[in-house]
Amino acid sequence: MNNLVDLDAAPALATPTRARRTRILPVIIFAAFALVPLALLLGPQSYVLAVVTRIMILALGAMSLDLLIGYGAMISFGHAAFVGLGAYSVAILASHGITDGFVQLAVALATSLIFALFTGAISLRTKGVYFIMITLAFGQMLFFLTTSLAAYGGDDGLTLAARSTFFSLKFMKNDLAMYYVTFGTLLGAYLLLRAIVASRFGRVLRGIRENPVRMEAIGFAPYRYQLTAYVIAGLIAGGSGFLLANQTEFVSPAYTAWQRSGELIFVLVLGGLGSLHGAILGAAAFTLLADILSHYTENWAMIFGPILILVVLFVRGGINGLFGGKP
Amino acid sequence: MTLTLALVQILNGLQFGLILFLIAAGLTLVFGVMDFINLAHGVQYMVGAYFVAAFTAMTGGFFTGLALALPAALIFGLLLELLIFRHLYDRDHLDQVLATFGVIIFLNQAVKFVWGAAPLNVPIPDALSGAIEITDGLLYPVWRLIIIAVGLLVGLALYLVVNKTKLGMLVRAGASNAPIVSALGVNIRLLFTIVFGVGAMLAGFAGAMIAPILSVEPGMGDNVLILAFVVIVIGGIGSIRGAFIAALLIGLVDTLGRFFAPTLLRALLDPSAASQTGRAIAPMLIYILMAAVLFFRPSGLFPAKK
Repeated sequence: MNNLVDLDAAPALATPTRARRTRILPVIIFAAFALVPLALLLGPQSYVLAVVTRIMILALGAMSLDLLIGYGAMISFGHAAFVGLGAYSVAILASHGITDGFVQLAVALATSLIFALFTGAISLRTKGVYFIMITLAFGQMLFFLTTSLAAYGGDDGLTLAARSTFFSLKFMKNDLAMYYVTFGTLLGAYLLLRAIVASRFGRVLRGIRENPVRMEAIGFAPYRYQLTAYVIAGLIAGGSGFLLANQTEFVSPAYTAWQRSGELIFVLVLGGLGSLHGAILGAAAFTLLADILSHYTENWAMIFGPILILVVLFVRGGINGLFGGKP
Repeated sequence: MTLTLALVQILNGLQFGLILFLIAAGLTLVFGVMDFINLAHGVQYMVGAYFVAAFTAMTGGFFTGLALALPAALIFGLLLELLIFRHLYDRDHLDQVLATFGVIIFLNQAVKFVWGAAPLNVPIPDALSGAIEITDGLLYPVWRLIIIAVGLLVGLALYLVVNKTKLGMLVRAGASNAPIVSALGVNIRLLFTIVFGVGAMLAGFAGAMIAPILSVEPGMGDNVLILAFVVIVIGGIGSIRGAFIAALLIGLVDTLGRFFAPTLLRALLDPSAASQTGRAIAPMLIYILMAAVLFFRPSGLFPAKK
């Protein structure tokens, strides 16, 4: 009897601090991102700015995937396709002289929307392993499509003549502006996803994750909710592709390769599933680790691979879990 | 002329399909029996090719090299199972995908570290390096015919083992319902280790057989892995028969598609646009095929689980 009381009491005591922590951590993360450029006024700004921008773009892609995997239990292994669509929209339009950011972004989002509706409608008919494989297949389709775009560089990829312009202004050319555009997008996406997850829609989605049959029995059609989530995630990933093309000023089929989709999942699991800000922690850890290791040895992948295996085997809940966050 | 060319393409497609079958056979059983997604199955193929390259260079003969590479691939596969995969069976698919992805990252770099980034070449054994005339004016390389013959033989042997022996019966039972088989007193872990070892060796064997006609290089297993997954998903997870049919289907569709798509499109479009579009569509054909199969039969053509 005593035991029962203890078991009930412990989580009740732990919850407030835990809840506060999970609320504070994202604030700290975003404050840090906002202040990084100020802290660098004296240092090697351009390099560090570029790295942190890369982290935020990767985080954006992984965070959108969190809506699918973390909240919807839809393990998509083709998420890099959307990043590729966004990136290629920028590069192809730019190669035709259309550098207006609004047009590029609109095209990036429109192609992501169409691709998500089309592939999602088919993929979501399948379940479990088959869903993983069919999303992988659609990702591969896009990969081979990009390699065959001979007019746009084919296998070699395509260099951007210029970054996107807004109102005919070239302010994205400035790395600091690029940084804050990325920061604003990440913050916006985070707040949007946070609101979605907390909404009725988000609760239904989590219900479907736990038990689709039961949700159907109480009157929700899982398919529609899952497809909507799939489309939202695709749009955000497409947006991250828009930023990626601008940041690297280069696109190539490698952006859509299945290894990239695997990386997105890795980043997400490394940071912690189902928390949204976990994706940011994962992206930071992933990028910094790869950067630091590649400084010391060209065989950094031989260290990276085992780290990934160890994380999967032993670190439950990812980095966010280490901070006491719960999925 | 076109007919001979078509025949060559069909033979190429068969050869490619049978290589895919050798890889997919192990993958589908491992998947079917233990519900374990092994992305690292593709590196087994790569490692097989590297082993045969290394042992051939060491001993001077392809067949002695092959004789050493096969047990080496088997031991390598069992070692991976013992060290890593064994801890993943009880995990969900996400963990399995990630951890085996880590194995790929490591091994792709490790072969670069050991053997260098430059592709290795394995010479075709002298006696089998020629070509024979199948019909008038059609010369076809002997080595590719040997791959076809060996692939068919392995397929037959697997068919006999899976359908006519007690071990095969247990494997089939395991693929359709592993917990019940285990409850009936069968050591499912041991059964699985056997299946895993054989599967790993077959993938290594595929890599070894293809090594003389492809260059052996890091990452060579990655694309083949995805194709093997397409094969087992189309064929139905856990089904050897499904894997065989789907592998031949994929091999033929891919090879013939690349060859005929530009030609066929020429009837609709002008030549340069046709070859451009054809080259774009051809590699996508098998994925379109897979999406279509899954659309109509969400568990593949011959699902092992009822």
